[in-house]
Amino acid sequence: MNSVATGTLAEVGDTPGHVVSTAPFDPASAARLTVEQEHFYLASQWTLMWWKFKRHKVAVISGIVLLLMYGSCLVTEILVPYNLHSRHADFIYAPPQDVHWMHEGKFVGPFVYPLVKRLNMETLKREYSEDKARPYPLRFFCSGDAYEFWGFFEASFHLVCPPEGASLFLWGTDRLGRDVMSRIFYGARISLTIGLLGIFISFALGLLFGGIAGYFGGLPDMIIQRVIEIIRSFPELPLWMALSAVLPVTWSPLLVYFGITGILALLDWTGLARAVRSKLLALREEDYCTAARLMGASPKRIIGRHLLPGFMSHLIAAASLSIPSMILGETALSFLGIGLRPPITSWGVLLNEAQNINVVALYPWLMLPVLPVIVVILAFNFFGDGLRDAADPYR
Amino acid sequence: MLRYVVNRILLMIPTMIAISIIVFTIIQLPPGNYLESYIAELQAQGESVDPQKIAFLKQEYGLDKPPVEQYLRWVGGMFRGDFGYSFEYNLPVTKVVGDRMFLTIIVSAFTILFTWAVAFPIGIYSATHQYSWGDYGLSLLGFLGIAIPNFMLALVMLYLANVFFGTSIGGLMGPEFIGKPWSWPKIVSILEHSWIPVFIIGAGGTAGMIRKMRANLLDELQKQYVTTARAKGLPPGKVLRKYPLRMALNFFISDIGSLLPHIISGAEITAVVLSLPTTGPMLLAALKSQDMYLAGSFLMFLAFMIVVGVLISDLALVALDPRIRLQGGVAR
Repeated sequence: MNSVATGTLAEVGDTPGHVVSTAPFDPASAARLTVEQEHFYLASQWTLMWWKFKRHKVAVISGIVLLLMYGSCLVTEILVPYNLHSRHADFIYAPPQDVHWMHEGKFVGPFVYPLVKRLNMETLKREYSEDKARPYPLRFFCSGDAYEFWGFFEASFHLVCPPEGASLFLWGTDRLGRDVMSRIFYGARISLTIGLLGIFISFALGLLFGGIAGYFGGLPDMIIQRVIEIIRSFPELPLWMALSAVLPVTWSPLLVYFGITGILALLDWTGLARAVRSKLLALREEDYCTAARLMGASPKRIIGRHLLPGFMSHLIAAASLSIPSMILGETALSFLGIGLRPPITSWGVLLNEAQNINVVALYPWLMLPVLPVIVVILAFNFFGDGLRDAADPYR
Repeated sequence: MLRYVVNRILLMIPTMIAISIIVFTIIQLPPGNYLESYIAELQAQGESVDPQKIAFLKQEYGLDKPPVEQYLRWVGGMFRGDFGYSFEYNLPVTKVVGDRMFLTIIVSAFTILFTWAVAFPIGIYSATHQYSWGDYGLSLLGFLGIAIPNFMLALVMLYLANVFFGTSIGGLMGPEFIGKPWSWPKIVSILEHSWIPVFIIGAGGTAGMIRKMRANLLDELQKQYVTTARAKGLPPGKVLRKYPLRMALNFFISDIGSLLPHIISGAEITAVVLSLPTTGPMLLAALKSQDMYLAGSFLMFLAFMIVVGVLISDLALVALDPRIRLQGGVAR
């Protein structure tokens, strides 16, 4: 650039000497980048996604909520005051207990009053009231119900325990006197993992079939498209119901868990497969793909190495948006009593107890498991929305 | 145009065949055949089994024949209006079902209308007032609608109606009309009772519809023709009505394909909670007792409903959108 400019100037003079600037030539001098710009242009796709994602505040908060919930699954035994199956025959259908701080105007710290049961002889309903004679302070970092930590070793360490001589049913108890809060926390293990495991299977199926349809086109595409159309023309829930109803009764609860997950995934992959197919159809016409083919790359390599990375981020966003429907599906099936079976406890299994109007009217706290369901669904929706926006960093 | 319509209708046939094969496979899945378990159950209850009847059923439905022949009999029977035999009720399926299927159609149709009637104006408002408080509020409401399982919504509504109005909202008609022939008061009673199930079933779908409507309209609003129309000096309302809305309308019709399975799923589970006299509770009971012919007919019916619904929406789209009409129908 510099040399050309000097040259044209020199032509005006009388001695048209050939002048060349001695300064070292810098090709980028016209578009000098600041440090930040360079940082931006050199950032990898995933870094760009992360930056964009960070700007979506609600999505970040949702992500943190999800992390906390999944994290709590790892240490459920420690977090909750009671075990999944510990029964309290004296406290059947006890209402949620309050944690108090002040006793007779004096600050005591977190404590509870013990529950006193009275049988109402007219309605035959158990009525509970607090005995306010003396506060029972909660114990923290304490030894309570013994449990087997993930089935590996025995322990009895809890974050918080009921005081000696009193109970701690923060969200009430059910018909066998089991602590609802503890059960909800344990239920998260099943409900949350079913979504992840299911999406894993359906992701694999979607990639496989969508990849075949999109890359090869022609007859395989036709067949897969028709199959997808047929699966989609079934109403999901009735088909889920039918499939889970035919799971053999003799199966162990764990096997049923995997069976249900498989059934949920079996009907869910179609959306992902469609996304993969349409993306592949667009990307396989790109020049770099032709180049790879001309160099003799195998279809497997072209799909896996050149095409997949191009839309993986979109797929992950789409997948995170379809986890909620799986969690809801499991909840609905178990609620109807044809999904998971006790002793496996998911939120749907817990809600099964709240199936009729009497329970709703008399013991509304049994409906509490619906709260984590709503929170998780909302969080996944916002999180997925944020991911989807972030997957397109240049927009 | 006519060719497209005929093509489209012919395309339904292989779909229905495939669906019937899937349904038949599902009803065959439980181990043993239903007749065996039926006999075993009767004997366990100490009831005598009429060998003549068993032989008749065996012969009628070809239960001792290979699966392919059973399938052909089953499908052939459906064309004659014979959907098989319900071993639970001891009656032919057609007699057991009664007008449940018809009521399911009514509830689903109402729900679609409800979804449209609510989602359309709210979607437009959200898109034209993007990032306003109204938009945020409605979006939050929409997300809640997606996140709350509709069976929970049904339970809560039952509870609230019980507490505040002291009435039961279960059922689809006044108790005096159950089992009675169709009459004008019965239709009125159904209309009066159906709004709560329609609201509950429609909540999730409506929320999704609003989100999609908003996104679609926002895309359209950013296009150049809108700028051109504004630059010409058209009033905002007219711009909206004249161009982007018509584009967004297409999607309303074409989205039935994904809305209808959703509504029917929701209708089934809501019907169980509210004990509506539709297919839901009976399908669940049939599945639980493995009364597979009954369950199979319900599944076939629900799938058929969706296929026909999608057909109607495709045809409506052809009538509505000249681009599809003139190009010989490359819809979707």
